[in-house]
Amino acid sequence: MNTETGRHPGLNLGSGHAEAHGEAEALVFGFWVFMMSDLVTFGLLLATYVTMLDNLASGPGPKDLFELKPVFIETLVLLTSSLTYGMAILSLKHDPGRRLRPVLAWLGLTLMLGLAFVAMEAKDLHALLAKGGAPQRSGFLSAFWALVPLHALHVSAAALWLVAIAAQIWRFGLDTPVKTALLRLGVLWHFLDVVWIAIVSVVFLGGLA
Amino acid sequence: MTLAGLLDAALGRLDWNALPFWEMVTHPNASSIINGLIASGAAGIMVLGTLVTIWALTRHRLWGMLWRDWLTSLDHKKIGIMYVMLAFVMLARALAEASVMRTQQAVGLGGGFLSPEHFGQLFSTHGTIMIFFMAMPFLTGVINFVMPLQIGARDVAFPLLNSVSLALTAAGAALVMASLLFTPFSTGGWSGYPPFTETGYSPDVGPDYWIWAVTLSSLGTTLAGMNFAVTIYKKRAPGMTMFRMPLFCWTALCVSILMIFAMPPLTLATSMLALDRYLGFHFFTNTGGGDPMLYANMFWLFGHPEVYILILPAFGVYSEVISTLSGKKLYGYTSLALATICIAVLSFTVWVHHFFTMGQSASLNAVFGIATMLIGIPTGVKVYDWMLTLYRGRVRLGVPMIYAAGFLMLFVIGGATGIVLANPSLDYVTHNTLFLVAHFHNMLIPGLLFGMLAAYAFWFPKAFGFRLEEKWGRRAAVSWIAGFILAFFPLYGLGLLGMPRRTVAFFEPAYLPFTLIALVGAGLVLFAFGCLVAQLVVSIRERDDRRVPVGDPWDGRSLEWSIPAPAPEWNFAVLPQVETRDPFTEAKEQGRAYRSPEDYEDIEMPRNSAIGPIVGVAGFACAFGLVWYMWWLAISGALLSLGAMLARGFARDTVRIIPAAEVREAHESWLAMVRATPRIPRHEENTPANLGHAIPASQEEQS
Amino acid sequence: MGTGFSPLFSAPCFPLSHAGMRRYQLHLKGSGDRPKAGSKERCELEAAHCVSSAVQYAKWLCQWLSVTAAFLLLSGCRVESFLDPQGPVAAQQRTHFWQVTALMALVVLPVLTLTPWLLWRYRDRGGADYEPRWGFSRGWEIALWGGPALVVAALAVLLWVNTTRLDPYAPLASDANSLRVQAVGYDWKWLFLYPDLGIASVDLLAFPARRPLEIELTSATVMQSFFVPALGSQVYAMGGMSTWLHLGADAPGRFRGENSQYNGEGFHMQKFEAVAMDEAAFEGWARNAATASALDTAALDALEQKGVASDLAYALDRPSDEILFGGLPDDLFAQVMAETAKAPMAPHDMAAGR
Repeated sequence: MNTETGRHPGLNLGSGHAEAHGEAEALVFGFWVFMMSDLVTFGLLLATYVTMLDNLASGPGPKDLFELKPVFIETLVLLTSSLTYGMAILSLKHDPGRRLRPVLAWLGLTLMLGLAFVAMEAKDLHALLAKGGAPQRSGFLSAFWALVPLHALHVSAAALWLVAIAAQIWRFGLDTPVKTALLRLGVLWHFLDVVWIAIVSVVFLGGLA
Repeated sequence: MTLAGLLDAALGRLDWNALPFWEMVTHPNASSIINGLIASGAAGIMVLGTLVTIWALTRHRLWGMLWRDWLTSLDHKKIGIMYVMLAFVMLARALAEASVMRTQQAVGLGGGFLSPEHFGQLFSTHGTIMIFFMAMPFLTGVINFVMPLQIGARDVAFPLLNSVSLALTAAGAALVMASLLFTPFSTGGWSGYPPFTETGYSPDVGPDYWIWAVTLSSLGTTLAGMNFAVTIYKKRAPGMTMFRMPLFCWTALCVSILMIFAMPPLTLATSMLALDRYLGFHFFTNTGGGDPMLYANMFWLFGHPEVYILILPAFGVYSEVISTLSGKKLYGYTSLALATICIAVLSFTVWVHHFFTMGQSASLNAVFGIATMLIGIPTGVKVYDWMLTLYRGRVRLGVPMIYAAGFLMLFVIGGATGIVLANPSLDYVTHNTLFLVAHFHNMLIPGLLFGMLAAYAFWFPKAFGFRLEEKWGRRAAVSWIAGFILAFFPLYGLGLLGMPRRTVAFFEPAYLPFTLIALVGAGLVLFAFGCLVAQLVVSIRERDDRRVPVGDPWDGRSLEWSIPAPAPEWNFAVLPQVETRDPFTEAKEQGRAYRSPEDYEDIEMPRNSAIGPIVGVAGFACAFGLVWYMWWLAISGALLSLGAMLARGFARDTVRIIPAAEVREAHESWLAMVRATPRIPRHEENTPANLGHAIPASQEEQS
Repeated sequence: MGTGFSPLFSAPCFPLSHAGMRRYQLHLKGSGDRPKAGSKERCELEAAHCVSSAVQYAKWLCQWLSVTAAFLLLSGCRVESFLDPQGPVAAQQRTHFWQVTALMALVVLPVLTLTPWLLWRYRDRGGADYEPRWGFSRGWEIALWGGPALVVAALAVLLWVNTTRLDPYAPLASDANSLRVQAVGYDWKWLFLYPDLGIASVDLLAFPARRPLEIELTSATVMQSFFVPALGSQVYAMGGMSTWLHLGADAPGRFRGENSQYNGEGFHMQKFEAVAMDEAAFEGWARNAATASALDTAALDALEQKGVASDLAYALDRPSDEILFGGLPDDLFAQVMAETAKAPMAPHDMAAGR
């Protein structure tokens, strides 16, 4: 069992990664704080969505527009990507030989899953447009299009960050800045999971209930 | 496509008629000429000021120094100073705008010289600048400079982010300045209510300027808040527990938390308005299922905590100033800390009081009204605690104390009028009148502005190594107090007589005496600002007479006074070990101050970085492009920012080491100078004998 | 005294010792017996000077205010305000206002009086007691938290009672029947509809005195706020929905009305008259209005053009001080609410074919 004191919530690298472990405290804590402001943003967008549920302006509503099956698959994909990301960090922490390959492999898998999520979302949104669900149609749709694509945008940004970190690993190996960056990206990745669960519950399950 | 066609497309909707003199040249009549001259004059001053600055920098070959020592510096002290300088420049503009509006209202019976459109822009820029580009930078700058010193840290937690926050705020300010030359700005006020600010009712670029300037500022503020919070949580010196922090750091902490949680609603509200305007969404439109009331709720969910963001740092400054200039421990430290937390928490529960008249049920209004009045309790406690700090102290009426005294008396009056407004039934007859305007200026000027000016006078010696001149300082302080009273107390009367706010002209002769008195007050305020300028000029010219190299001109109580003035780059040669509150006073009283440390270590400081300036320029470019539909510019700016962030990820050589020997040499020579410098009692603190070495007030012999 | 210096600076207000007073006078004269810089006398002088200047400023301010008050009283200017209430709503608000002011005086006056006293009494080198380490007292804590809490509790009771009683949506207590009016805010005029009487007027709200007035409001454009200061509460008028307001006048009279929510270039001119009339006079007015031409589509289109009442009068060829309509379309108010779609749309809205 790990008896070391953790310096921040989530997976701590521990004394085996002394420098990164020390630096991580302020960096990861700071990132959590930043995520909290993002939480407020998504919370308010969810509240806006709920407020505007009745503002259909005689246009299509949730039952006309949403389909549960693609949402279910997207959820599985995103949650699995969080699992693979966790595996990447675990292999970073516990790999005695500090080999790059397991870390890069898990990160690559995460990236593919994340991009798959975004691609499926894009397809869904395209289908929505075809059904007459453009954001300009009503207040309800404006609220939907602010919330769900913002989440997808966050996932895209996280994917971009992942690629940037991978490039840094290729250039510098697993040095301290790379490790702390991975810890922070992890916070973002898992946070986006949580937000997705909320969106699925409120928007899709709630809308189709 | 022809060259002309390409140029036309590149310039988006920017056209000749954006220039402030275009209307007066193409359609001359009395109104367009007068208004055109005023607008062109303002734009001219801005352009001239910029050119003169560029010329002066070139003439004295200061570009290199500016880039190396200031713009790319990650030193929290330099960044703090730059924030305050930005605030002063924007204060000058916003005061000028206020004076024009006051003049118009003094002659506004039945008409006046200012067109309604021009007046609409003036009150919108005045409010937007004062809140986002004067008050926020001022307090962020003061917290930036003072807080790390007070907690015994070397810098904030994220120095690069600090530089980026400044750059974003400056970019927003630059955008508002650009709107002087490429007009118009919004006429929707600083709150930008739709549907008035929707494309249907404001098809011009005005609201877009407002949206992007505010968005830039709010991004900068969110990051700054995060930075300050982490610094206070994680970077305090050994032994400095939360309850040993100076009270200013408590207020800084609560302010940062407020910034983190209150800025997102604003970013959302403005972004949603942008989506409505740019892409035809229906968040706040009258048609298509939009809900303008949603905007009011979201904006004020930000707006109310915002005013506590504005006031809490001032409360912190007053705590420091009153206790130091009374030579006495702050009364009720724990109460003051708890009261600050109460105020911060309660500030999220009262936002509906900004729109009691929007048709909510009486019980909803009443609940929010009572919540609003509850904030009066911890605030009252603070005022009494400060008065009890004066009690049985030895009070010196220096410039910061004059501001504090004006604050104590004027702020409670503003608080009382706030209680009036907190009652929905009374708000129904005072909402949107000048009574409201007088109330919030009563809180902001004696509260926030006096606090920041007191902070400026108080910590200036620490930043620059010499005191400010006292006489001009006193003239400024007294003129601010008198000017404020004359400019705003009449507005209470006007509001009770039913005069609405944001009104360019009026038809009631009874209003005239009040607007005239208010004009005199505005003149006095301009004089006060002039005194501040004169003070700075004289102080710089005569700085050798007022040097305080030992660094403790006021017999300070907290850690920042224990280091040289100007403060060295690394703040503390050796990080202090803290055991009590008011650690420096304790050290002085026990004879432990200015001892040589046993051991010096290498100090790690961040290297300079160009990321801040790059993000600032890119942010401005992106925002300007969005305003004028110059999509190539907007995209370039966004990509440049993104590129800079990605490139930064590859930077590895970001730290420089200052060798222990260098630190030892600098520190020991300073200590030698300290020991050779005589200590002075408090009544000599405004004389040239004050070299910054203090006999603690509690040990002074007083005949 | 009176050495030729400005009266603003000549009189110290706090008692100096006799010797101190003498030295102060000499100081003003600029004579040789000037206290040394840093000496106790000098500090005393400067502090007195500072405080006295502030007091002199205050005296000058009071003089100005009295002059203004006299001007107001003597000039016979009408000043309309809830402080001179013309109806039951404003009357109750005035009472509440003075109650709140009195309670707040309990909090404010001690600060205003004690702060200058503290600054003077405990000035550096003033010889008063000095306790540099005194930072807590349980008795004071209880008083400081408890005092304001009690005041706020009292205010809270007043707040709850008055807010519920003065709810704009609540009908006024009265035996008489209320008159129903519907108000539509335009840029920059008000249209008042009397659906029960089949008449309408622009910028003129005529109603019988001593009877409750029930107003339902909406806006055909942006957010506006309907406000008659002499009668009491204001309320927002917003597009696509309606709000309610109940007012009354105690006696016949003409009252100024306005919009208090900024809505563009004509905002400052969006004033109207609320005229309370005797029952008979009101019936006469209504009969006269019924003879005017109807509120037809042409008139509605003209209303929607940006402009003030006089612009509308010109467009409709009516007298500008009395724009009346003698016939209304059915459900006009509901139509306006549903039809804020008539408000101009952004080009992309139109292009998307809605």
